[in-house]
Amino acid sequence: MTQHKPTTSDRQSEWAQPSRRKVLASIPAALLMGAAACSKSSSSSSIASEKKQSGPVTLTYGLWDDTQMPAMKKIIAEFEKANPKITIRTAVTPWDSYWTKLQTAATGGSAPDVFWMTLAYAQLYESNGVLMPLTKPVASAKIDMSQYDPAIVKGYTWGNDIYALPKDIDSIALWYNKKLFAEANLKAPDNSWGWSDVLAAAQRLTKGDVHGIAATLSDQQTYYNTIPQAGGQVISDDGRKSGYDSPAAIAGLEFWTDMINKYHVSPSLQQMTDTDPQQMFGAGKIGMYYGGSWESVALKAIPYALKNVDVVPIPQGKTRKTVSNGLGNVIFAKTKYPREAWAFVQFLGSKRAAEIQAESGAVIPATKGTESAWVKSTPQFNLQTFVDELQYNYGFPVSINTPAWRDYATQHFTDAWTGKKPTADVARAIAKQMNSSLAKEPKRPS
Amino acid sequence: MVAVTETPERQQTRRSVRRRGSARKRIEARWAWILIAPSLIGLGVFSIWPIFRTLYYSFTLWGPFGGHTWNGLSNYKTLFSDSEVLRSLRNTIVFAALSLLSVPIGIVVSALLNRQGLKGLSIYRTIYFIPVITLPAAVALMWRFVYNGDYGPINQVLGAVGINGPHWTSDPSTALYSVAVVAIWSSIGYNMVLFLAGMQTIPRQFYEAAEIDGAGRIRQFFQITLPLLSPTIFFVTVISVINALQAFDLIYVMIGKNNPALADSETIVYLFYEKGFIQSNGGYAAAIAFLLLGIIIVFTAGQFWLQRRWVHYD
Repeated sequence: MTQHKPTTSDRQSEWAQPSRRKVLASIPAALLMGAAACSKSSSSSSIASEKKQSGPVTLTYGLWDDTQMPAMKKIIAEFEKANPKITIRTAVTPWDSYWTKLQTAATGGSAPDVFWMTLAYAQLYESNGVLMPLTKPVASAKIDMSQYDPAIVKGYTWGNDIYALPKDIDSIALWYNKKLFAEANLKAPDNSWGWSDVLAAAQRLTKGDVHGIAATLSDQQTYYNTIPQAGGQVISDDGRKSGYDSPAAIAGLEFWTDMINKYHVSPSLQQMTDTDPQQMFGAGKIGMYYGGSWESVALKAIPYALKNVDVVPIPQGKTRKTVSNGLGNVIFAKTKYPREAWAFVQFLGSKRAAEIQAESGAVIPATKGTESAWVKSTPQFNLQTFVDELQYNYGFPVSINTPAWRDYATQHFTDAWTGKKPTADVARAIAKQMNSSLAKEPKRPS
Repeated sequence: MVAVTETPERQQTRRSVRRRGSARKRIEARWAWILIAPSLIGLGVFSIWPIFRTLYYSFTLWGPFGGHTWNGLSNYKTLFSDSEVLRSLRNTIVFAALSLLSVPIGIVVSALLNRQGLKGLSIYRTIYFIPVITLPAAVALMWRFVYNGDYGPINQVLGAVGINGPHWTSDPSTALYSVAVVAIWSSIGYNMVLFLAGMQTIPRQFYEAAEIDGAGRIRQFFQITLPLLSPTIFFVTVISVINALQAFDLIYVMIGKNNPALADSETIVYLFYEKGFIQSNGGYAAAIAFLLLGIIIVFTAGQFWLQRRWVHYD
């Protein structure tokens, strides 16, 4: 239903659905691959010890977002100009098949040399030795990791090793419709807003077929922000225990479910399943919408939204918090060309590459100090909001096998969102499942 | 009567003829093997062998990158107590039963199109066949728009006569049925082509004789068309049931994750996809796949057993 971040989180691409036959056909292939690869890669490959490649080298770069291709192509062109012996071939796979394909390819030893990684999958790949540790090369190239946002750096650190150079970052803010606010004689929201202000405004805005707010069932855009704002946690710091059953987490969830079932100021989950809430907001049917930094591209493309909407910092609860996800560029542990791959990843993590990404307007680069180009890319919206929020962000909640419980949670929260069961009951049931899923995970290195 | 005696010469020629014949047969047989070898090898490597691997994996605990450990029957034990599995089985069987409606509809449409001297037969055939050749994802996306609770054409029409239509694909009480309608709609064309082909093999004389005997069109349909079409009906029914039990793409596109109706419309293959590909629980997914295989075998065997009672081969 709701769109997750198309760039760093999981967007359900409607154009790349695997057909039943394809899924069924891929079982034997995946299983065959599993049988073929029994050896796990050693994770201690050191770049300095590799022989220097003399001939031309072609590297494969795996990614999933078509809308970022123009920026990526520009970055690649500059890299190839500086490194005439290296050619980069891009392999774009839509989000839905990206992870299935990557997992199969990594198992069979044929993953791309360099590819995009998201926080939700990082630990799974790091803990299984699929990625090349970059700690030594980072040290010898004297790369200052503090130039990147700390939440993202932390997400790509496993034990004592760094596994990615951060590529981009996002944050969530409050998009609102200026026209609807003016018509309801409401003052525009600002940095001082708390939860009660949101509710009061939503009640004033709800009228006819216009709803005050969209309580989307999308973890990153909604409850991953309100749970920590209420003092709760989605997952404990050590990644071993669910936080969904705490009273604070339940309060963070009820903020949203009450908007639908108690105050009736949000469209129902059914309505938001049938029509994307972002579209409803862009068409002036919703007054307020918690949305990500990446959504400015889509909203900018709608003339009505370009004229009538703007963005302010996310309203706060007991504490100031917002969630951030971000991509990283990683190297396949079994790549034949670790030197060249590292040279490429180093360039992808450079300030120059960050600037090219920023100018395209699609994402905020993870490199500090390059955000202004992104802010300037869309002067119609106050995008500086998203950058300012990075001061109080926290990293996307993960464990080793994040998808195993994350998917289960969003699927089962539907009962709370539709009002079929009390939110607290649903949260407790999900926490139970999540804890049993977490208990099956291996221990993280300290 | 003069007995024909076998002379040694004659026996000799017969034997050599036989030998020559068998030599030719051997060569033919060899060529036959050579010619079917590629697909046989392909079938073996890509279908038969993986089936046995999957069976093996269904007894293992699966690691995300191919590592696995023997787990005994524990996947199967979980399987039969997993409420998600039971629920999706129920959904799958309801869906398959509903999908079977495409058989009678296909027969009736074909019978109407099979009339002598009907103008524009090929146009009708094309119209009915278009959904079959359209990408399932495209079909599903189009229907999702049609079913939209707020802006879809169905509810617009209902609204015009004062009926407040449901959110067809996100309301748990209607979602599975809405998807089944699309499945029926998109398979009628395929079934119809088979039925039309079957009907055209029925000799005209039967109908002429029936007409002389004073049988009307309806009577002809039940007494001649249906019995003589029964082998085709049987084939189409078996294929439809197998297809419906493997339903995935329509559910994936039209329902999708985070849909409040997913629990009440999730099919067994969708659950397989979720366990195997999203939650990286390959061993369990393999067990689900074998459960489905078992169900398909039971359903198909049941139909073969039943066919003796109603299918006429002449």
